Amino acid sequence: MKTERNKMDKVDIKKEQKIKCVVWDLDQTIWHGILSEDENVMVNNLAKATIIELDNRGILQSIASKNNAVEAMKKLKQLDLDKYFIYPQINWGPKYKSIENISKLINIGLDTIAFIDDQEFELDEVKFNFPEVMDINSKDLANLLMKEEFIPRFYTKDSQRRREMYQSDIKRKQDEEKFSGSQYDFLKTLNMEVEIFPAEIEDLNRVEELTMRTSQLNSTGYIYTYEELCNFINNINYKLLIVNLRDCYGDYGRIGIVLIELRKHEWYIKLFLLSCRVMTRGIGGIVLNYIKELSQKSGVKLYAEFRETEKNRMMFTTLMFNGFSKAEGLNDNYLVCDNLSTEAVPSYISLKCVE
Amino acid sequence: MNDKQEMYYKVRDFICKVTRKQELKDDDDIFEGGIINSLFAMQLVLFLEKQFNIRINGTELKRDNFKNINTIVKFLEEKQSKL
Repeated sequence: MKTERNKMDKVDIKKEQKIKCVVWDLDQTIWHGILSEDENVMVNNLAKATIIELDNRGILQSIASKNNAVEAMKKLKQLDLDKYFIYPQINWGPKYKSIENISKLINIGLDTIAFIDDQEFELDEVKFNFPEVMDINSKDLANLLMKEEFIPRFYTKDSQRRREMYQSDIKRKQDEEKFSGSQYDFLKTLNMEVEIFPAEIEDLNRVEELTMRTSQLNSTGYIYTYEELCNFINNINYKLLIVNLRDCYGDYGRIGIVLIELRKHEWYIKLFLLSCRVMTRGIGGIVLNYIKELSQKSGVKLYAEFRETEKNRMMFTTLMFNGFSKAEGLNDNYLVCDNLSTEAVPSYISLKCVE
Repeated sequence: MNDKQEMYYKVRDFICKVTRKQELKDDDDIFEGGIINSLFAMQLVLFLEKQFNIRINGTELKRDNFKNINTIVKFLEEKQSKL
């Protein structure tokens, strides 16, 4: 077994810090005036245009406002802006608390959040508690869209639909919490459709994005550049597969990748990753099942490379529970799949595979 | 209640709570039909490690050990007898 990796395998891409969520104040920011004093406040057109464009760029948006929540949401609806915000925090508590809530609810770091307000003391209070949050005064709104932090490295179909995907996630979670049956009974209600197919050129930006965003369900943590990924597609010694998931709440989009190195007698899974949004859906087993099936058909032995990181024990557990194991004499960074027999896909999941 | 019983009830309570299946039998496959919920698998491993003060290593981490309540209790007993 080859223990040394090609130079090609890993390239460190320094992750430029991009803003993933913009948190807006309402009074004197999204609209002119103060809602509690004047129910006919006028929208700030620059703010509105900025909100629409940020949404288009796949940047999430939320609200931290000291206001009456019912009145404020009513006004946003009137202005046709309500749909752009997820987890709006409209209450009388300190705004740094609201921002902290948003960061937890969306599961993103505070250093990927920007906060816009017209009041110096609100900006200062947030800055004091969370210096990593980017603060922006509403009067500087005009050049926000030109700032580097708000320009995504690339636009993918999935990033453009990111807000909608979060919204269907929120609905899904709410329903799951209300659901009275078991976890598995809930899965049965979802009408999940899994698709596995070879990556094409137009998928590669999303593949690159996933390799950078995914840490828990990631078998090696390798990050490949666009060019390297292109080479895999054109190289008959590699198979680069994409996993897409859809359910009755909507399309999750492309949520998983498998990169397999195909040798004559052995296949090596070099990278297997799944978005953490699907970690309760049993997708890992379904994908691995499919790869086992393919390797059995090709008459090869199946291995998976696994590199332990601080965060990926969940992927290790997933691999081990799906028939991979450590073996004596096998390099520490590899797991072997001794039994390629596969289990039937449950009747409540539809699986479509394109070879 | 002896140690074994206590262990059994702790394991059972945890699994019933997470899977939301109160009527789960001791030999029911907790990963129904082999559908591994990655989060649940990880939660289970972390729970057992913390609750029983053990470290589950790579070779022990296979589905046969964690198939149902019976196999988990058996695994824990064997693990503890080795301590």
